[in-house]
Amino acid sequence: MNIMDTEKVKTDIEKALGSVALKSIRSSLLIENAQDLPKVAKFLKEDAAYRLDYLSSVTASDFIEYLETVYHLYSMEKKTGPVTLRVRVPRTDPKIPSLVSLYRGAEFQERDNFDLFGIVYEGHPDLRRIMMWEGFEGFPMRKDYLQEDSETLESADVEWLEKNGVKVPEAAKAKAAELRQQGKRALAERRVEDKG
Amino acid sequence: MNKIFEAKDINLAGINSSLLEVNIGPQHPSTHGVFRMNAVLDGEVIVSLKPVMGYLHRNHEQIAENMSYAASMPYTDRLDYFNSMSNNLGYALSVEKLAGLEVPERAEYIRVIMAELTRLINHIAVIGFLLNDLGAFFTPVLYAFREREKILDIFEEISGSRMMCNYLRFGGVKRDLSPAILERIRGVVTAFPRFLEEFETLLTKNEILCMRCQNVGVLSPELAVNASITGPLLRASGVNYDIRKVDGYSVYPRFQFKVPLGPKGDVYDRYYVRILEMRESLKILDQALSTIPAGEIMSKKMIPFLKSPRNFKPPVGEAYARVEAPKGELGFYVVSDGTPQPWRYHVRAPSFINLTILEDMCLGQKVADAIIILGSVDIVLGEVDR
Repeated sequence: MNIMDTEKVKTDIEKALGSVALKSIRSSLLIENAQDLPKVAKFLKEDAAYRLDYLSSVTASDFIEYLETVYHLYSMEKKTGPVTLRVRVPRTDPKIPSLVSLYRGAEFQERDNFDLFGIVYEGHPDLRRIMMWEGFEGFPMRKDYLQEDSETLESADVEWLEKNGVKVPEAAKAKAAELRQQGKRALAERRVEDKG
Repeated sequence: MNKIFEAKDINLAGINSSLLEVNIGPQHPSTHGVFRMNAVLDGEVIVSLKPVMGYLHRNHEQIAENMSYAASMPYTDRLDYFNSMSNNLGYALSVEKLAGLEVPERAEYIRVIMAELTRLINHIAVIGFLLNDLGAFFTPVLYAFREREKILDIFEEISGSRMMCNYLRFGGVKRDLSPAILERIRGVVTAFPRFLEEFETLLTKNEILCMRCQNVGVLSPELAVNASITGPLLRASGVNYDIRKVDGYSVYPRFQFKVPLGPKGDVYDRYYVRILEMRESLKILDQALSTIPAGEIMSKKMIPFLKSPRNFKPPVGEAYARVEAPKGELGFYVVSDGTPQPWRYHVRAPSFINLTILEDMCLGQKVADAIIILGSVDIVLGEVDR
């Protein structure tokens, strides 16, 4: 396999597109402004020297201060690659332009990232949850996501159980009422991991 | 009394001929698991088809982020439960890339042997199931499973489990292969072509199979590349891209084998490319078995971590490694923050991404054809839903 030199890719992009701000991190290219992503991808896909026609993987990571999407591009025509592109967006209002119009292969993977990380890919033709069900709240792959505590009942659960003729213990009822009064949900404690 | 029924006798006034929406699945034997196709039909012809998935979603990635690197190895078996050895290989390669580990030569050979045996199992089973979808109910699949069982017996003997093998380790493999086992693998490899001949005599020129499969669900090479399709599905469309050749990971560059391509990209080509790939796998197995060297099976650096996996802390960084799994490109993206647990662990699942173009292949086809098109894509829901 022909491994691409990140610095060379960087200079080539800067020469062709001019105003794009790039930074190389660990043999990958960080595109400083998320809106530049389609421009860079289009250049790499169509330029005769690169022809990166195959978008292998689109994935996201949560780095607490920001959310990141990583793209691994290969060329099926020239059998080279990968060129890794990354885009960072703030946790509040994370928006990245979608690559579906360039690469159909991004369709399900962007939906997957939207579902689990809450990154909005602008211009995606059908941006819905794909793994979780409709009406699910929260983004499970974010590091601050707390799971529901399946042992504790909430007032809606108590209501449903009683309507269906199940006798709910008084203690559970009292706990549910207390949670409701505090305006809280029944969430599981985060497991403390030893990082040592 | 003898009046013949004529078409003009039917009164069509007041009959509403609107489109019909049908949910195929999630509990339907032809969807190969809990998978749903939300199809809109005009008569019997499909005008829209939306895949709906996630019934088996267990957030595999988050489970792996909450445990040590080595502890995720058995979980990768459960992704594509037909091919646990290939999943192990993909994950092991990504962590080895992250930690910069060398693998002893004998272990590399054992890995290749296991990966190719897995490919035989997967392709033979998927052809059996494709015939099931075509209506040849369970006879071909039982022929296929008879052969598959012989390989699973070998897996059981070396790893202790038929399907959930958990056999590979970072830097090597769990146990060495004894000469007796190598002899048994050799036996399977010598006997397999005869079975393939038998299978092909029944199927390849079978008139019903040809009529049902040819020119059905055609996928153009341009769309296949653009939609990130990989594996036999891509090669049936005539695109020469095999990661064993392109990346040359493990010891694959040492073996002679061809990459079979399909001329048209229909369901029949996908069937036949798989048959040919099995023949190439047999060639690789034959070469690997006759040239396997003696020696270590585990990198010396990794032996202390076998008993204390939480002491294994790869340096800060990231790695993306991919293998040619039987279903396509299986990639693992791992980010380390220097702790015993990965900060980010992502699986690039081939059968999930191969479903992107399911609608494009099914449009304008009959419902019965949509079932075999799905069968020819070859999905496993453990991997699609992760």
